[in-house]
Amino acid sequence: MIFPALILGVCVPALAADPIRVGEFASLTGASASFGQSAHKGTELAVEEINAAGGVLGRPIELITEDDQSQAGQPATIVRKLISQDKVVAVLGEVASSKSLEAAPICQQNKIPMISPASTNPKVTEVGDYIFRVCFIDPFQGTVMSKFARENGWNKVAVLTDVKQDYSVGLAEFFIKDFLANGGQIVREQKYSTGDKDFKPQLTSIKASQPDAVFVPGYYAEVSLIAKQAKLLGLKVPLLGGDGWVGDSLLKVAGKSLDGSFFSSHFSSDDASPLVRNFVDKFKAKYGEVPDDMAALGYDSAMILAEAIRTAGTTDSGPLRQAIASTASHAGVTGRITLDAQRNASKSAVILTIGDGGFRFVKKVEP
Amino acid sequence: MKRPKTLLLIAIALCAAASFFTGGINPYYYDILITIGINIILAVSLNLVTGYTGQFSLGHAGFMAVGAYSSAWITLTFGLVIGTSLPATGSMYVLALFGGGLAAAAAGLLVGVPSLRLRGDYLAIVTLGFSEIIKGVIQNAEPLGAQRGLGGMVQHTNFFWTYAVVALAIYGILTLVHSTYGSGFLAVRDDEIAAEAMGINTTKFKVLAFVIGAFLAGVAGGLYAHFKQFIHPEGFNFLKSVDIVVMVILGGMGSTAGVCLAAVILTILPEFLRTVSDYTWLPGPVRDLAENRMILYSLLLIILMLTRPQGLFGKLDFIRSKKS
Amino acid sequence: MIEFLQQLINGLSQGAIYALIALGYTMVFGVLRFINFAHGDIYMLGAFAGFYTAPKLLSLTGGGPSYEGAALVLVAAMALCAAAGVIIERLCYRPLRAQPRLTVLIAAIGVSLFLENGGQFFFGADPQAFPEIIADSAIELPASWGDFALLTLTVGQVIVIGSTIVLLAALRTVVMHTRTGMAMRALSLNPLAASLMGVNTDAVISFTFAIGSAMAGAAGILTSIQQPSIDPLMGINAGLKAFVAAVLGGIGNIPGAALGGVIIGVLEALVVGYINPTYRDPLVFAVLILVLLFKPSGLLGKAEREKV
Repeated sequence: MIFPALILGVCVPALAADPIRVGEFASLTGASASFGQSAHKGTELAVEEINAAGGVLGRPIELITEDDQSQAGQPATIVRKLISQDKVVAVLGEVASSKSLEAAPICQQNKIPMISPASTNPKVTEVGDYIFRVCFIDPFQGTVMSKFARENGWNKVAVLTDVKQDYSVGLAEFFIKDFLANGGQIVREQKYSTGDKDFKPQLTSIKASQPDAVFVPGYYAEVSLIAKQAKLLGLKVPLLGGDGWVGDSLLKVAGKSLDGSFFSSHFSSDDASPLVRNFVDKFKAKYGEVPDDMAALGYDSAMILAEAIRTAGTTDSGPLRQAIASTASHAGVTGRITLDAQRNASKSAVILTIGDGGFRFVKKVEP
Repeated sequence: MKRPKTLLLIAIALCAAASFFTGGINPYYYDILITIGINIILAVSLNLVTGYTGQFSLGHAGFMAVGAYSSAWITLTFGLVIGTSLPATGSMYVLALFGGGLAAAAAGLLVGVPSLRLRGDYLAIVTLGFSEIIKGVIQNAEPLGAQRGLGGMVQHTNFFWTYAVVALAIYGILTLVHSTYGSGFLAVRDDEIAAEAMGINTTKFKVLAFVIGAFLAGVAGGLYAHFKQFIHPEGFNFLKSVDIVVMVILGGMGSTAGVCLAAVILTILPEFLRTVSDYTWLPGPVRDLAENRMILYSLLLIILMLTRPQGLFGKLDFIRSKKS
Repeated sequence: MIEFLQQLINGLSQGAIYALIALGYTMVFGVLRFINFAHGDIYMLGAFAGFYTAPKLLSLTGGGPSYEGAALVLVAAMALCAAAGVIIERLCYRPLRAQPRLTVLIAAIGVSLFLENGGQFFFGADPQAFPEIIADSAIELPASWGDFALLTLTVGQVIVIGSTIVLLAALRTVVMHTRTGMAMRALSLNPLAASLMGVNTDAVISFTFAIGSAMAGAAGILTSIQQPSIDPLMGINAGLKAFVAAVLGGIGNIPGAALGGVIIGVLEALVVGYINPTYRDPLVFAVLILVLLFKPSGLLGKAEREKV
């Protein structure tokens, strides 16, 4: 009688293990839905994988996701709910810097670690020591492409910025600063807004300035159209960009018009490494589409959190924060990630070019 | 309503008393409570413009934005200088709220005057246009954070301030509209031409409605900015204006009591819907749909118009009005 | 000079799209005195109708882009949008005809939001790549044109402008030379008298919605030839610009809508190219406000005297 009871006594707690509650806030509907949904899919996939492998510290992760509907004002309410109502041990989110900036003070006040997958505004992690991010920040990425342009002898560059996106504005700012400081010339600066479909006026103006290359630090939805229209207008110089270019519809819409262009990224979906291949295959199997950068970053943010919980051996906020802060050389799908003293991700960037219907690796750039 | 002033003072005293107890509330519920208060002010102020005066405004969020950014700028600029003593920060906050309201009122004047000649649909689109222009100005204003947003405000807003303003707003608008002078607003709504013929200066009433409505929206914006501690131009877009319009429509245009109730319902409802996903006994697609608040909102609008366009309360109000 | 001409061409082809959408606004306003807030989203539905039907239709014409295939897709999208417009009118607007105009305006806002968010729910929020129904490429201008040969004219632009002209001509024929067109004009002048004269008001209104929506659907397809990235929110911006175009030209006036569309398109191109693209949207609103303040009947409209 005692034996079965003992065995039951050992098994039952494992089955009824108390889940680790992790909060996520993202734009699942509304204007920024395509990014929010991507990041969420990556995060969800990571949590599934973790739970399939037995969870963390013997406990499954329960991902509580809330939709902020792309509306400012919602992140604050949602994060308060996640912390006070759902009692999460950490928060993952958000993609948009403005939404991260809204939620971060609340997480900091409550000493709940927050990991943003893709917010690039330097101010986000400045809110406090409980706020982290797993993506590069603009100062690094901007200089990467600036250096690449100069190395290729393109000294006269035009810049086409998406003024509605903090990411684009920041990246352009740092590119221009570095480019000018090193003797380059910015021959024209043009702007557009997220959601625009017609760029012929801006491209006509850029063409007239006769640049050697055009820097387009925007997101794939607009970049694909920009490339197509540029080629139609006879603008034949290479386009340069950042990780915002990575997206399912980029090449489908742009066709051959992006051939010969370059962009910096963390992640190459045809990277042969088993880690990336595994991620891409699982993602395709689950969602029927190729993952973009947001998805990859969402995945890494969840994985880094899980790793930190394992390292800390507990979900208590102090030790957990410490463990996240000391993340070093984490093998993520977006590269080897080390969180630096400012809690930003230090990792190498890759420069990719486009041709033959896909991306091709050009070189790696260390921080 | 007997002795409205006494009721007002009692209400404010109650707010002050209640605010001592709000320290222990779950922060999430507290957030909802404050948001309800802010939404009531927004709804009641739009009700003055659209419900009582019949001017259909789709740009109310623009006035809220002006108030939010102005008051935030004041506290951010003077906050460091003034020190941290309670009387100092308290008075600065009141001044900031008032300043935000005044700035918004100025915007209301700017919008109200050109809109005088327009009716119905045109007025709606023009107010929307002005709101988008306000948003555009903020998006290009570096000192206001432009597209990055503005943060760092101290959380001055609390239960007392929010609900004191709610009480003042309701009191102000009700006494205004139900006074003899105030029936001018209703006259403009009911039949503008007849009102003109009776010698009522419809221009003055229309502009006054916009200015007062904008002022209150501006104060609401200030309360909002100092509660969320971060504001972004996209938070004051067309969808926000629609949110407020839905509250007024649901409540019954011309009923302050109705719009207050509608504001409460429409603040709590989305939060309630968040928990629907936990009800696993509902089929998957239903839960998916429930999470898609905007689809439900839009259906609510359509169904409401088709079945009960006069809203919950129709023309009923806190005060029984002398005319029907 | 060349840059200026290039911007003009850019503006013209974009303006053609606005003109087509503006027609729907203006016609519905003409017969119902009501601004159909959801009209821009019909344009979006047209693009998605093309997206879903193109693969099958193109395979009927031998697979791959072709003029015949494109024409089929265009007709299919126009038909589907016409149906959508009629259904929306029947369900959401007709029951409210006796209500104050505010009620139906709010219902229209509801329909618009429903189409946008429903679109995100059913089609997905990500932009989709519209299949190539016509091979778009730049047209080589003969070198004998000298400097003008530097201008870029694309096949897509020519098709858009050409199709718009054809559709406008067809619409004008219908409105001016058919009995239904006459009924539409009668309704817009005086609904009561028209119905007393035996005009079937309901049928004519449905017909108006059908045509207006078909035009918007056509615009959706034509736009996707040049800008093959479609998403459920694409109707918001285009719809707003087209509305301003309709008001600019004189709401209720069909040639006015076309003129307004072209003006807005060209104005946009010039502001973006020469001044500052961030002023693009505020500029359009500013135009609206100025028109409504100084000439509310629009460029080609007639001032309506309000009888007391």
